[in-house]
Amino acid sequence: MLKRLGVWTIFALLLALAVAAAALLWATRPAQPEFRAAILETLAPLPRPEARAAPAASAARAEDGQWTMPLGDHAATRFSALAQINPANVARLRPVFTFDTGIAKGHEAAPLVIGTTMYVVTPFPNIVYALDLTRPDHPLKWAFRPKPLQTAQGVACCDVVNRGAAFADGRIFFNTLDGQTLALDAATGREIWRTKLGNIAIGETITMAPLVAEGRVLVGSSGGEFGVRGWLAALDAGSGALAWKAFSTGPDKDVLIGPGFRPFYASDRGRDLGVTTWQPEGWKIGGGNAWGWISYDPQSHLVFYGTGNPGPWNPDQRPGDNKWTAGVFARDVRTGEARWFYQSSPHDLFDHDDVNESVLLDLPAPGGPRPVLVRPGRTGFMYVMDRLTGQVLSADPYAFVNSMRRVDLKTGRPEFAPEKEPVQGRVTRNICPAAPGGKDWNPSAFSPRTGLLYVPHLNLCMDEGHSEANYIAGTPYLGADARMHAGPGGNRGVLTAWDPVARRAVWRIREDLPLWSGALATGGDLVFYGTMDGLFKAVDARSGRLLWQFRLNSGTIGQPISYRGPDGRQYIAILAGVGGWSGAIVSGALDKGDPTSALGFVNAVRDLPARTDSGGRLYVFALPR
Amino acid sequence: MSSPFRADPPSLPAGRGRGWVRLRKKRRSPFPSPSPRRGEGRERGFGVCDLSPAAEPPHPDPLPLGERGKGAGPSGTAVRRYGPIVALLLIPLLLAACHRETRDYKSDALKASDRGAAFEGNAFHIAQGQRLFGWMNCAGCHSHGGGGMGPPLMDDEWRYGGSMGEIAATILDGRPNGMPSFRSRITEDQAWQLAAFVRALSAQPRQDVLPSRGDEPRNTEPMTLDERKPIRPATPKQDDSSEE
Repeated sequence: MLKRLGVWTIFALLLALAVAAAALLWATRPAQPEFRAAILETLAPLPRPEARAAPAASAARAEDGQWTMPLGDHAATRFSALAQINPANVARLRPVFTFDTGIAKGHEAAPLVIGTTMYVVTPFPNIVYALDLTRPDHPLKWAFRPKPLQTAQGVACCDVVNRGAAFADGRIFFNTLDGQTLALDAATGREIWRTKLGNIAIGETITMAPLVAEGRVLVGSSGGEFGVRGWLAALDAGSGALAWKAFSTGPDKDVLIGPGFRPFYASDRGRDLGVTTWQPEGWKIGGGNAWGWISYDPQSHLVFYGTGNPGPWNPDQRPGDNKWTAGVFARDVRTGEARWFYQSSPHDLFDHDDVNESVLLDLPAPGGPRPVLVRPGRTGFMYVMDRLTGQVLSADPYAFVNSMRRVDLKTGRPEFAPEKEPVQGRVTRNICPAAPGGKDWNPSAFSPRTGLLYVPHLNLCMDEGHSEANYIAGTPYLGADARMHAGPGGNRGVLTAWDPVARRAVWRIREDLPLWSGALATGGDLVFYGTMDGLFKAVDARSGRLLWQFRLNSGTIGQPISYRGPDGRQYIAILAGVGGWSGAIVSGALDKGDPTSALGFVNAVRDLPARTDSGGRLYVFALPR
Repeated sequence: MSSPFRADPPSLPAGRGRGWVRLRKKRRSPFPSPSPRRGEGRERGFGVCDLSPAAEPPHPDPLPLGERGKGAGPSGTAVRRYGPIVALLLIPLLLAACHRETRDYKSDALKASDRGAAFEGNAFHIAQGQRLFGWMNCAGCHSHGGGGMGPPLMDDEWRYGGSMGEIAATILDGRPNGMPSFRSRITEDQAWQLAAFVRALSAQPRQDVLPSRGDEPRNTEPMTLDERKPIRPATPKQDDSSEE
């Protein structure tokens, strides 16, 4: 009897245990991204007026209603002082015209407005359209087809994007995917010069938007996934002739490091570090491509830009600091000579290019405003640096980070979390942020009216395995196998309003999909951005409250702009057309059956094809008359 | 994981110099010059058979650069007297070599070839194809079949046809929208092995010949769990080598 009872008790206990285990498994099942609505979180009070950062006085522009470069001005603020559209009336914002580009790839460019003409440069085949804004139907003034090589599409790492053109002295400057820089007559669309800088046979493409400063057109290479040795080149704006070219790896004479080079930190001082911090000959295929943003300080004649990831991704194949990759350079725009360098990710482990925008600000300080540059880095840290010396004044995480603990301000070096350091032959789980970083290329906006930097960024983590990569010219040089997923909270994108003085987030909007569009701040205290499922939004710059949204034909990864039309009204424009690295699953029709597609991004956006479709279209919005 | 295809410490830019030196390098190294060949066409062997002006004549037995010219010997008179006769005698020999040197690089031959069948149903060849897929950096663009910079290979859409012959032709000759040519980097048999693996990505071969695991740490499910997807060829007329 006792024995029988014992058996039944054990049986009942086992059953209860099994039920409990099943319940536990169900409760802790892998979280599927089910996060749909955007959630606003208020975290800190707005900075007081006297404790506000201000745009760099030396690089400021007078508001003339135009938009002449993708980042708005040389200080990279993406701020338009136009204030007709404001929180009170933005709900009445309506599209006034659209223009189809007829291209189904990712549209990352910002339209430009100069005088009464709008200029749009498309992804490959990099067509430039000029639209007449004086006529109510906005007809085409001219279109220019540069006819880049078809083969270039095969060596474009992350969709065949183009991030925009630049305007100066009556000319439109832009790059083509197959590595050319062109100058067009802005009035007629006539080609003035074209200079070939990249060689697609080794994977050297150009996707970035050029910057014009002191009569020089600055252009940087893409190809970090192909072992391309990166460079920044300066072309004469008048003739297209090469003025100087500074490589990101190799001997000092190639990197244009001379007696004027005074980096702040000791680890950046020494002879030919671009050779000695690599395995033998590794620098020749070492990456460091300058495919991101450039800003310019006219007072010091310095340009600031970042260098991309070292090649290959597998860090075990390239022992050393791998200089001068994954860092930021300050160079004299007249000679190209390097002034200082800071490496945010020495011996980069996670494809953390340092090419994001350098926003030039003046921070309030006891002895008068301090000239700084603020960089929301791929590492997930917000770097505030002295723009004359390269000293890191502060570095605070603005995204969820578990791969890096802190930045040692004495040595400038990051302290990586040892448990997240990848090892060849093993898959390392849950590395945050993932390869696209806390934030990728899409530029932030800074409003002097609130003193806040509006950062569109990501909340992604990844599992990554490493194996030995072979270098074959013109094919990817990676040795990595990544798979991304949403970070803590389940949302994949974030818009953070960051106070660079108090070094904290003031508010934050958690977006379901990765945020891959740029931000725009306006004098009407609005912030515009778009989502990858095609919602173009306006939020209150002070509180982050959603005030208006409009459904576009396709997800947007473009850069919104604001301009004053010939009729004196304020307009907002943006390109829709999902794609890029994040949207390649749609624009490239990739298969979500393989979670490592598009370098692992596909796994994080498996729901995207069901929520949007590809197709490039320009939208222009205005208030009703 | 070391592989026999590992590139030597690369020396870029690719070696320049006398023509024959470059040609010889090309033959010796598996990864020679960074110029992917594209499109289809006829390419012939080097030398007198080659009508294109760019090619240089081959040296039958190339000597190291320094020794070149020494072998000719100092006795000029014998060379002067018998040289033309020897040269005339050599011409038929050279022309005879043309037959061997001329190779048909047109993809039609591959497409029509029925060699694919021997590779497709063979577990060994598929496994070899899988290793080549990693070594030749195919995975960099096509991932583990889902695509990225290049199109997916595990779905039912084939831009240039999904038969064994069409895939092998794509690998060897490249395609105009970015697929590089691998003819100078792998043998034709290796291309067939790669084609067999590519078809395995959409689970075309029998399940029992598919690789159950990869060679490298990876983030994907084993291929044996893949769902079979139909092949919709780009070309209306499909050769029969791929049918089961």
